[in-house]
Amino acid sequence: MTTPATITLTPTTPVDATAVLGLGIHRPELLIDNEQICQWIDSSDEWIRQRTGIVTRHRAPAEVSVVDMAEKAAAEALEDAGIEGSQVDTVLVSTVTHPYQTPSAAAELADRIGATPAAAYDISAACAGYCYGIAQADALVRSGHAEHVLVVGVEKLSDFIDNYERSISFLLGDGAGAVVVGPSDSPGISASVIGSNGEKWTAVSMDNSLLRLRDALFDAQTTGDAATLLDREQKFWPTLRQDGQTVFRWAVWEMAKVAKQALEEAGIAASDLTAFVPHQANIRIIDELAKQLKLPHHVLVGRDIVDAGNTSAASIPLALHRLRAENPEISGGLALQIGFGAGLVYGAQVIRIP
Amino acid sequence: MADKNAILAGLAEIVEEETGLETEEVQLEKSFTEDLDIDSISMMTIVVNAEEKFDVKIPDEEVKNLTTVGDAVEYIANAQG
Repeated sequence: MTTPATITLTPTTPVDATAVLGLGIHRPELLIDNEQICQWIDSSDEWIRQRTGIVTRHRAPAEVSVVDMAEKAAAEALEDAGIEGSQVDTVLVSTVTHPYQTPSAAAELADRIGATPAAAYDISAACAGYCYGIAQADALVRSGHAEHVLVVGVEKLSDFIDNYERSISFLLGDGAGAVVVGPSDSPGISASVIGSNGEKWTAVSMDNSLLRLRDALFDAQTTGDAATLLDREQKFWPTLRQDGQTVFRWAVWEMAKVAKQALEEAGIAASDLTAFVPHQANIRIIDELAKQLKLPHHVLVGRDIVDAGNTSAASIPLALHRLRAENPEISGGLALQIGFGAGLVYGAQVIRIP
Repeated sequence: MADKNAILAGLAEIVEEETGLETEEVQLEKSFTEDLDIDSISMMTIVVNAEEKFDVKIPDEEVKNLTTVGDAVEYIANAQG
């Protein structure tokens, strides 16, 4: 008789290397300029440009969902990779603005692109979500758990902001970026550096949990007083807030260390890079990070934020897509990408540009 | 005790590098925001560079209390002991 201790289980069959095989994006059609922002906050176009670099941000109309945007970006990424949706066996969606606790955006997206029964789940790592997704996709493919992983960073932040709030709302936009990760003859994705610092949990966060809204609704039903629910000052609907100075300091000086570590883990120098694509949080963070890294002049720096604002998990693929569209010759070059945000969490790696 | 004149001179160099303001304009009684027109992001860059230059720690919550150049000089001098 065979005893459990003598049975050998069959593990997955690893592959040596992975790469990003294709890239796609979606930018929603509504454009919000700084003049429109100044209807809500006491500011000016000049002030916003000088402090953030942002001139416009895209926002999606009410009827467009996170999954709608993800689907469009995914379609372009699949085409760019030259594969069908049915060849995708894992779908990872990084988002913090899918408005259902469950089910995931990834499961619906998998079905829409014809990938069912692919494994599908969402990643909650805010502005680092895309880099977390790449790290997971790389690990899943290399270990043999998956062959083609669709990684999507998508946000509809406009559903979770208070237009009258001054710390973060005016920075934010909507959008989606997607890539396909699959096996490769040579390594196209480096070791990733991913981590967190929960000590700064409140530095970027929602101002309230949904439970407060539930309790307020219950109270209003009990007392018959619904007027307070509509009071903007009560802020029952959770929206984003940040402590800008704390985040700026962390995003530049701590993230410069993470970016340098990612280069080290990849076994390359800054001079080997073709592009630097940091999360598009604020042009001054991007510029200061580039300065800290002492990037040579030939390294292109993603500055998509000027037109797209801060789109959280979508910002890196959006910025990379733009760099490649404007400079097709960078395809095949190396890009250092680093995401960082609410958690606080961070992720970075070097990829070969598809 | 740390030399406050040396701290002021060092701080003025950091402010000049970040903002382009002449070092002579960086005086003890000047307010960073009101007089020197330094915004919150530039202030953080100045703080981090000052930490490195003077080998002190200036926590985020302390930065809000540094209204004038003199406040910063005083804080750095005390932190240096």
